[in-house]
Amino acid sequence: MVEWKPRIVAFLCRWCAGSAAELAGISRLSYPAEIIPIILPCSGRVSPRLIIEAFLNGADGVLIGGCHTPNDCHYISGNFKAFKRVYLLKKLLSQLGMNPMRLRIEWISATEAQKLVRVVEEFLNEVENLGPLGGIFHEKA
Amino acid sequence: MRVGVFICHCGRNIADTVDIKKVIEDILKQPHVVCAIDYVYLCAEPGQQIIVDSIRKEKLDAIVVAACTPTLHYETFARAIERGGLNRYMLEMVSIRELVSWVHKDRVEATDKAIRIIRGAIAKVLDNKAYEPIKSRVVKKCLVIGGGIAGITVALDVANAGIPVVLIEKSPTIGGKMAMLSETFPTLDCAQCILTPKMAEVYKHPLIEVHTLSEVVDVSGHLGNFRVKILKRPRKVKIELCRLCGLCERVCPVRVPREFDRGLSERKAIYLPFPQAIPTAYVVDENNCTRCRLCLKVCPTGAIDLDEKSIVVEEEVGAIVIATGYDLYPAERLREYGYGLYKDVVDSLQFERMLSSTGPTEGTIIRPSDKREVKRITFIQCAGSRDEAHLKYCSKICCMYTAKHALLFKERVPDGEVTIFYIDIRAAGKGYEEFIKRVQEEYMINYVRGKASKVYQDVDGDMVVIGFDTLTGERIEVRSDLVVLAVGIIPQMSRELASKLRVPLDEYGFVQEIHPKLRPVELSIPGIFVCGTAHAPKDISESVMQASATAAKVVNLLSKGEITKEPIIAEVDENICSGCRVCVTTCPYGAIEIIDDKAKVNEMLCEGCGICEASCPVDAIKLRNWKEEQLMNVVRAVLGGR
Ligand SMILES: Cc1cc2nc3c(=O)[nH]c(=O)nc-3n(C[C@H](O)[C@H](O)[C@H](O)COP(=O)(O)OP(=O)(O)OC[C@H]3O[C@@H](n4cnc5c(N)ncnc54)[C@H](O)[C@@H]3O)c2cc1C
Ligand code: FES
Repeated sequence: MVEWKPRIVAFLCRWCAGSAAELAGISRLSYPAEIIPIILPCSGRVSPRLIIEAFLNGADGVLIGGCHTPNDCHYISGNFKAFKRVYLLKKLLSQLGMNPMRLRIEWISATEAQKLVRVVEEFLNEVENLGPLGGIFHEKA
Repeated sequence: MRVGVFICHCGRNIADTVDIKKVIEDILKQPHVVCAIDYVYLCAEPGQQIIVDSIRKEKLDAIVVAACTPTLHYETFARAIERGGLNRYMLEMVSIRELVSWVHKDRVEATDKAIRIIRGAIAKVLDNKAYEPIKSRVVKKCLVIGGGIAGITVALDVANAGIPVVLIEKSPTIGGKMAMLSETFPTLDCAQCILTPKMAEVYKHPLIEVHTLSEVVDVSGHLGNFRVKILKRPRKVKIELCRLCGLCERVCPVRVPREFDRGLSERKAIYLPFPQAIPTAYVVDENNCTRCRLCLKVCPTGAIDLDEKSIVVEEEVGAIVIATGYDLYPAERLREYGYGLYKDVVDSLQFERMLSSTGPTEGTIIRPSDKREVKRITFIQCAGSRDEAHLKYCSKICCMYTAKHALLFKERVPDGEVTIFYIDIRAAGKGYEEFIKRVQEEYMINYVRGKASKVYQDVDGDMVVIGFDTLTGERIEVRSDLVVLAVGIIPQMSRELASKLRVPLDEYGFVQEIHPKLRPVELSIPGIFVCGTAHAPKDISESVMQASATAAKVVNLLSKGEITKEPIIAEVDENICSGCRVCVTTCPYGAIEIIDDKAKVNEMLCEGCGICEASCPVDAIKLRNWKEEQLMNVVRAVLGGR
């Protein structure tokens, strides 16, 4: 049997978290390949629906990376909007029976490649401990 | 849709870790993909040519390039596909180097991840549309709000570059606070001597139009094309006819405190703000004039018109500069120091007026209460600044101006005694530390490290300051004739004006720049700039530097005559929009309005963040080429087969 590995989607804003991911490459840091980045203009562009769509299509965890609050978002306040959405969505998902730890939001500046790597490793570990996410958000254990 | 996918080896940078053959095999199986071609260096001329040729040969409609990061080579490939005859927005570029080959070692895993990322890009590009850059005309004219040294500097710099300027000032004269100062640190040149020639230059400049007694009442439009309504209150004295004879002032029966001397002297209801005021003409103080008409009878040139009314003028400008300056923190709020209660407790600008040779006492330092000569003086620094109960921030200029006050006082009263209460001395600036040292050493000033806790007047009339010397650990009591409060400074612009201009303010009400280091004079609203103390506490030299920086940005923007802008902005499907206004409230730029119950995006204001789209409950507003359906497809594609 093939060993189970978690699958994680990372929505990263182009200006900070996405740049940090680039810097991680330029600095030849390394992190596990289970994480698939999707680069968007801003963390504020991430709608709850995109996050749910990721879980429905087999993601075991979703990471959102944006610029630091309060002032770093390239579009002034997108990071705050993202934070509020994630906060509410976490509540909702936990009411549906999903462990809210599967959704995580982090502020990672363009220079914080190390932080990106740490967050990815930490998050993967957490999700790995939670095990696979079953159909319609069903926690197996 | 016919999609071509191009994969770069980047020498061995990508090809060593990602199995390119396997990637191509998988990608060729994706629907709509007509060709998948790899090359050792796609960014090199032959690589680009492969793309150009394939577009023609395979009749491609959309292109995916998987290579290094778009930050490096998006422009290279966008130009290449334009050469091939496609619109640049039909290109998606994804990194399989920084995001894949450079961070993973396992070839199988890296190959799988690269495939997923490329599938995502294909899913997205399928729904991309072609767009042309947005172009807009720029009005070659700049509005400057505030006629202090910052506003004056911007106006002159911009006008000298050949661009017309409208300068509006709410008081009857330009000059701002600097006109009130005696001599200025660190060089001690007289403020008026260096300022008044600039004021005159502004007024005479053929490209600068000055509106005094004026304020902005409405702003609409956007970068390159703002429409501004300016309310001009009546001066009631015709500037061209006023000969400054002063007869009107002599007969006027009304007496009120003179603002320019911060209440230390009086003026009439018809008055000249100060002798070098620009425009150089009397003004009628509407609020205090009793309309007795005595002035009308004596004016030899018939310059006075008490019936003149306010008017609203409209201006079209391409850029707006905020230079609305500062005010002192109201010293009455520092109750423990007795300002307002005791006449012999004054604020720092009042003391500037006392020092000034054109001030109410012509530069001699006498007590406001009993006109006795001042021999002993106490300054309290950080009055209201760095104080949780008042202003949390450091007002930056008070250490320096207090040292200057001490020096100027000692020059006037060589046997005088000076005590200064301070928390820290902050004198970072060219020649500033040296200035403070000189004051401390040559002028025998008693600097007491500690906060003054109370000021009261003794029965003999002495002002007593009680404080705690943190260096000796002792409570101290200092008797003096006069107490000067080095009060902090606060922004002068009202929140109302800020919201009319839609500019963001920081937690203290100062104008918030986009980026404190790299874009220090631009605001998040394109086309609006800030300089001087409207932005943060600063001294004259810093205000002037920032003003010149702002002028450079304005000239840069307005000299082109036309601006082009990325077309990746939000769009509304009017058939779906229910006019719920959620997008209006989430847009950081105020770019969305509801017109006839439908959201409408101002294309010049939209910056393309997509926050509106993520919050629209009915999917009516969409960011071009980042539509919700597109991104849902990307999510499904990257997770395909999990
Ligand atoms: C006691 C004291 C001593 C000082 N001594 C020194 C010194 O020795 N050396 C030094 O370098 N600095 C000194 N400073 C600092 C100096 O005063 C400021 O750095 C400088 O005046 C700032 O200029 P500004 O143009 O930003 O603001 P301001 O001088 O405040 O000018 C702003 C102008 O905008 C106008 N305005 C405001 N709102 C509006 C509106 N809504 N519409 C139209 N117009 C508007 C105001 O009427 C004013 O004319 C001192 C400050 C104080 C308080
Ligand atoms: S741009 Fe990074 S969070 Fe908005």
